[in-house]
Amino acid sequence: MALLTVENLSVQLLPGRHDDQPRTLVDNISFTLDSGEILALVGESGSGKSLTSLALMRLLPEVLAISSGAVTLGGDNLFALTENDMNRVRGKRMAMVFQEPQSSLNPVQTVGQQIAEVLNLHHSLSAQQTQQRVVDLLQEVGIPDPQQRAGWYPHQLSGGQKQRVMIAMALACEPELLIADEPTTALDVTIQKQILTLLNELRHKRQLAVLLITHDMGVVSEMADRVAVMRHGKIVEQAPAQDFFHAPKHEYSRMLIHSLPDRSHFLASPTQAALLELTDIKVWFPIRKGILQRVADYTRAVDGISLSIGRGETLALVGESGSGKSTAGRAILGLEALAGGSVSFDGQRIDGLSRTQFLPLRKRIQVIFQDPFSSMNPRMSVREILSEGMVSLGVQVADPEAEMRALLQKVGLEADHLDRYPHEFSGGQRQRLAIARAIAVKPELIICDEPTSALDVSIRLQVLNLLKDLQQELGLSYLFITHDLSIIPHIAHRIAVMKNGKILEQGTAQQVIEQPQHEYTRALLEAVPAMA
Amino acid sequence: MIAYILRRLAYAFPILLGVNLLTFALFFVVNTPDQMARVQLGDKHVTQEAVEQWKAQRGYDKPLFINSNEGQSALTDTIFFEKSLSLFVFDFGKSDEGRAIGADIQQRMWPSLALALPTFIVGISVNIIFALFIIMFRASVFDTAAMVFCVALMSISGVFYIFAGQFFFAKMWHLVPISGYLPGMDAWKFLILPVVIGVVSGIGGGTRLYRSLFLEEASKDYVRTARAKGVSELTVLFRHILPNGLIPILTSVVVVIPSLFMGSLLMESFFGIPGLGSYTLDAIQAQDFAVVRSMVFLGSVLYIVGLILTDISYTLVDPRVRLS
Amino acid sequence: MSELMMVKPVLLWSDVLVYLLLVSIILFFWQLKKNPVAAARWAAVFESRAGLASFVVIVFYLLIALTDSLHFREPLEQLEGQQEVHHSQEVSSVLDLILADLKAQDETTYSEPFAIYSFAKENMQDADGNVYRNFPRLKNAGSHLSSESELAGDIAARAGSAIAVSVLIALALCLLHYRLSGRHYPRVPWLSAYITFSLLLVASVTLLQLGKVYHVFGTDKVGADILYQSIKAVRTGVLIGTLATLLTLPLAVVLGISAGYFKGWVDDVVQYIYTTLSSIPGILLIAASVLLIDVYIETHPEDFNLVAYRADFKFLALCFILGMTSWTGLCRLLRAETLKVSQLDYVQAAHAFGVSHMRVIFRHILPNVMHIILISLVLDFSVFVLAEAVLSYIGVGVDPSMKSWGNMINEARAELSRDPVVWWSVGAAFIMMFILVLAANLFSDRVRDALDPRAR
Repeated sequence: MALLTVENLSVQLLPGRHDDQPRTLVDNISFTLDSGEILALVGESGSGKSLTSLALMRLLPEVLAISSGAVTLGGDNLFALTENDMNRVRGKRMAMVFQEPQSSLNPVQTVGQQIAEVLNLHHSLSAQQTQQRVVDLLQEVGIPDPQQRAGWYPHQLSGGQKQRVMIAMALACEPELLIADEPTTALDVTIQKQILTLLNELRHKRQLAVLLITHDMGVVSEMADRVAVMRHGKIVEQAPAQDFFHAPKHEYSRMLIHSLPDRSHFLASPTQAALLELTDIKVWFPIRKGILQRVADYTRAVDGISLSIGRGETLALVGESGSGKSTAGRAILGLEALAGGSVSFDGQRIDGLSRTQFLPLRKRIQVIFQDPFSSMNPRMSVREILSEGMVSLGVQVADPEAEMRALLQKVGLEADHLDRYPHEFSGGQRQRLAIARAIAVKPELIICDEPTSALDVSIRLQVLNLLKDLQQELGLSYLFITHDLSIIPHIAHRIAVMKNGKILEQGTAQQVIEQPQHEYTRALLEAVPAMA
Repeated sequence: MIAYILRRLAYAFPILLGVNLLTFALFFVVNTPDQMARVQLGDKHVTQEAVEQWKAQRGYDKPLFINSNEGQSALTDTIFFEKSLSLFVFDFGKSDEGRAIGADIQQRMWPSLALALPTFIVGISVNIIFALFIIMFRASVFDTAAMVFCVALMSISGVFYIFAGQFFFAKMWHLVPISGYLPGMDAWKFLILPVVIGVVSGIGGGTRLYRSLFLEEASKDYVRTARAKGVSELTVLFRHILPNGLIPILTSVVVVIPSLFMGSLLMESFFGIPGLGSYTLDAIQAQDFAVVRSMVFLGSVLYIVGLILTDISYTLVDPRVRLS
Repeated sequence: MSELMMVKPVLLWSDVLVYLLLVSIILFFWQLKKNPVAAARWAAVFESRAGLASFVVIVFYLLIALTDSLHFREPLEQLEGQQEVHHSQEVSSVLDLILADLKAQDETTYSEPFAIYSFAKENMQDADGNVYRNFPRLKNAGSHLSSESELAGDIAARAGSAIAVSVLIALALCLLHYRLSGRHYPRVPWLSAYITFSLLLVASVTLLQLGKVYHVFGTDKVGADILYQSIKAVRTGVLIGTLATLLTLPLAVVLGISAGYFKGWVDDVVQYIYTTLSSIPGILLIAASVLLIDVYIETHPEDFNLVAYRADFKFLALCFILGMTSWTGLCRLLRAETLKVSQLDYVQAAHAFGVSHMRVIFRHILPNVMHIILISLVLDFSVFVLAEAVLSYIGVGVDPSMKSWGNMINEARAELSRDPVVWWSVGAAFIMMFILVLAANLFSDRVRDALDPRAR
């Protein structure tokens, strides 16, 4: 008999005052999980995978309700337990790790206190034993100097360490089942790798059943024994990982698998004269200290980087969070003052230009941002959004109306979307809109700041393809800022790897990916989950 | 930390200077001492001599900023220096009626504190307890009913609470004296009714505010983590939501603590408590500008002290905050 | 007709402002049509029962305030041989015409609600010319009754017929509205609006009907009708609640947004200004400023040839000062929100398109911090209405010649120590104030829920 059995589970959104019908968000799903096994529950945003995990723990928010189904853990029907009995199951027999380690820890308790809390709830240990156990657990999840760190507050730890603490807390009472809800999504790739390895080790050591909830097919292929694919609240396919990746049955599964870019094909670099050239640019932010707030030191966000982008070329600027890659992008746009170095565009120095002097260049250098939800003013219609740049930069078109309709079609939207507002579009559509807004002024270079990282995998590829097609058609150059190495072969001709404000390595995409020179690049590449 | 406090004190100076200049402008430039004198002397047909005499008695006959005297006294022998800058060393001078303001303040701040401090402490405690109680039953009929009740309490004028309290407790049931004050231990008889009224009139707004702060905490991720650990609802409330919710509450009330010395105009005058509040009110009604000016400055000083205390209190209660 | 032509319209500054306010409210809701996002948020306010009901109450008070803001001076009777028309020194309003019955019925001193005898004994003469002391009959209340025993029956009869008629009228109006317009908006809880409307209509018709022959809320020290005073005070309350914020709103918006948008030295200066102002205890700043205004008015009598002008000047000054004590809070909020919004990608995108600062502020920043301005407008409303009562009590409120709830409370305060207590004046003021403030509080709750992104 399986450790965990989920039968016909459904979750509904209770009707509000004006809705007559409850909406079904998880629709009649069933699966099982054995000890020592990892089942990956895969799906894109809104598929109902996180709700499923909360339903198992009986932690759904008040507006949601379990409308049918049964969950058995080691023979006990969880939905039949009283709330009191359920509290003896949570944390002891089944535990959970959440996506955001940042907000999932209580900010005003030390990590030791938080781990001790779960121990005290389910075991009666002496204070000394508890303390010892806390230190052992921290040691086990790989926190250095656990004795001392147990007394630290969450904000003193890094993101990866916080997630390790979450795992230690989850494992404190040796549960049979661990539910990990996107445990690595908020982390940098190198850290992601470490956390996944840790989870895998612990699963073997403790014969732990793991329900791994993720949207990342790379993580799935690396970790899962079995895979269940969720879409619109339903499980569309369930199979052992081997079979799943080799012979996916459902079309949606195939699409998910194929969204993983092929690492063996690379784009040939067009050999063209440099359009943008950065020479040793520096962006420093002052750190002020003392009574008079004198500038004591600088945060060297960008510390002397040089690179060039040719016409029609894509350079991927790769780095983890805090590497200074986005700041470099802002500096090119003239939104950040340089502390040194020079930026030239088409042979002309463009650093240190005033707002008005920069104006003619704005038409030629454009930008696309990461978050499709904050990059458009919610109070403006699509028409206003598209025309704002054209009007302010004086782009001459005979028929602006026809031009805007054509633009929308070019990025794969409907021409009659002109009078809609941003909230009526999905994330992928908004990103298309952002692309339309950028190409409306007919730029030569577009700075793409993580344009696909907020998107679901299936949408991600479509947007990348759109960018690539537009490059072909319009001869655009891209500076593609990203942390996601897996998409690089798909889009970039050349790669620059950035860390701590410096460029460690630069070369064609093929060179850097196949023969990385720098140790950090190798670490990055190894950390990217790939298909087995 | 010490460097931080020193810097904050240094920032406080230009603000107090601003307050000083502003009050000076209001009291001496917008309105000339001549006009003050005429209003004080009451009669519309006062002679110029009477006005001059009134001004001379109070030192308002000097030039505003610069005296034509030679030497240092050109700047010091002026109204601005004597009446306004002197406030910086807490030299409040004499009221327009000739009493020493500094001595009055020292004597009257204790009754003010005796009323304001219990009201403050009991008020906050009661509001927090009520808010927690409501949070326990959140999203239920009780929650809704309690919120409607709080809004109704908030919509009643503070003056009404005083009228009703005095009428029922003092006049009808003779439980406490209507008004008055005795120094020392006997003061409690006179203080209990105003304290109760002060607390009750604040319940509506306070409870609602604290409830929303606690609710905000209750929706945070770490609360879900705690539940996933198997912590019971009540323990979640007291061990996780309460300590986090108390941070914004405590730090937001710290700013008023120094100002408690200033007392409450309304309460003190209704209940005849000889504190700084009624002192200020008497001065306003008697149009004694010297006293009002002093109280404005004192109030600003206490407020700025409160701001600094707020920042310090953050470092004490919130481990995430380090002052730099 | 000719008499109507003779009245001399009087335009007070506060009248101008209140009508400007009305126009801008109408314009605001009209422009919502073009903005579906904001319109949907506001719809949520009116789709809640409490929101709609409180809105009806607020509109009712607002209508009273508006009719009381059309001022004129009545012509005096022409003396023989006089050519030009002279006008009364007293400024009346359209509301006074409606309340003419109440206004005209003066007594000599206090009387209880529905009393037909005075509250104080007077010397009277009997038929034989002997002087004795007793409670005299009131001149204008219940004079049609022959004895007090008829009083209850008469009140019941009058109230009953007034209620019956007004309920019918209310029903007819509600049905008509539902047929014509209401049924096209099924999500709006019309029933709560109709019930509130009917209650208000029935209450006002009944009060006015009874007020013709009785002093429903009694009379004050000089025998003036309390009901009349408490209705006249509506204008003061509504105006102080709105104008106090509006007069200093431009200051808060301009400074707050500039500080958050331009940062640097602009931010330093703005922060300095609002820290300095907010460090002065509000009530002292108000008290000091009002004292100074009094001095100004006393020393410039030639500028205020009518009592109404003086009262209006003082009233607007008071609104401005009240606003000065509270704008700093809004300014601080706007600064913080602007700091946040100007970091958002769409503002960065606008910079990348070379959009000018002015355009960025007006197109991108202002619409996205608007909810803060609106929320603080509705939140402050009730605060100011309540503050007026306290300020008038302290003696730094509106001019004594202006009817206000604060002045009513203040005048009655000394009488609370009488035995038996003269409670009706204070009671009427509290009830009128409570209904308005409660409605405003409920409404602002809904507005905050609907507009504040954090509340969702």
